[in-house]
Amino acid sequence: MKAARKKRLYLILLIVTGVGVAAALALNAFNQNLMFFYSPSEVSAGKAPSDYPFRLGGLVTDGSVKRLANGLTTRFDVTDMDKTVSIEYTGILPDLFREGQGIVAHGKLRPDGVFVADEVLAKHDEKYMPPEVAAALKASHEKGVTEAARESGS
Amino acid sequence: MLRFFHQLGSPKHFYRIAGSWIPWLAAVCGLLMLYGLYQGMVVAPTDYQQGDSYRIMFIHVPSAWMSLFIYVVMAAAGAIGLIWHMKLAEVIAISSAPIGASFTFLALVTGSIWGKPMWGTWWVWDARLTSELILLFLYLGVMALYGAIDDKRTAARATAILAIVGVVNIPIIHYSVEWWNTLHQGPTVTKFGAPSIDIRMLIPLLVMAVAFKLFYLLVVLMRARVEVLERERNARWVRELVEAP
Repeated sequence: MKAARKKRLYLILLIVTGVGVAAALALNAFNQNLMFFYSPSEVSAGKAPSDYPFRLGGLVTDGSVKRLANGLTTRFDVTDMDKTVSIEYTGILPDLFREGQGIVAHGKLRPDGVFVADEVLAKHDEKYMPPEVAAALKASHEKGVTEAARESGS
Repeated sequence: MLRFFHQLGSPKHFYRIAGSWIPWLAAVCGLLMLYGLYQGMVVAPTDYQQGDSYRIMFIHVPSAWMSLFIYVVMAAAGAIGLIWHMKLAEVIAISSAPIGASFTFLALVTGSIWGKPMWGTWWVWDARLTSELILLFLYLGVMALYGAIDDKRTAARATAILAIVGVVNIPIIHYSVEWWNTLHQGPTVTKFGAPSIDIRMLIPLLVMAVAFKLFYLLVVLMRARVEVLERERNARWVRELVEAP
């Protein structure tokens, strides 16, 4: 390679590395701001803001979805398999909202530790399968669970 | 073989060779796209959670892949143009920009249409969506910068530098769903281990991805031929071509 071309090649590599390092540093510094939501563990640890709204994400706990007496407000728990936070939301829930589903709620933490949401978004996971496959997976999972329970019981 | 590539580098031969490829590319691309769409829209099973709404991914996912792929091609061609002063690389780089911008736009719009019923919102400012929007602005910036400078060789050099600087956004888009909590789901196909998608859905998706790649190749060759003609309009071979009966 001719000297001039080599110089240009190195210059371009230098630009790419330089911009890359700068971007990495900037993104690292803003890491917390780039998080779309806080997890229940972070909320429990007091990392989430208590005085202004933020987003809380997690899986809806099985059997936790209840309608409150006024008929409009839904109360449910979200978990990250470690800590759990209760959410109250008044309004229409998205199609994908169901128990076991990931959701992201926007709202504020009440002093009693309940998260009052003004918006609930369903988070879709990366799995795609037809209903019969999902049913078969669920059946084999339940079979595994009952077998495990029987083994531990005997 | 080497001679073939050398010839491809000269505008005159590129114009001729690309012209002979275009009908074949168009035919294969059209057939693959029809087959992929039929498989995806009609034959593939419904999703256990999303029902039929998930079928928009047969457009959305390949578009999003193409938006990244074309950017890398554009930046690499720009770099080759800068280092070796190869005219054809400059032409490929600048011809790619509007195609990449279109795919980015398509990915954003289809994602938005899917997001409304599934997530419950058209748009959120999470890391994946925001970085993809920045990609659209990068494409538009490349096109605007190229158009703003009269001398096309200077313009190509300036846009190549912009494109190369913008490359930093590509890994950010790809890994955004892993580095940060995002509303957008994580990777299904391009991850280590088996793809978490049913094989009957995966195959149409991959067929569409190949069809989109061929579509890009087809359109970039067509655009590059026009660009070559315009740049070489004073060359003898162009004059002969135009004046030929």
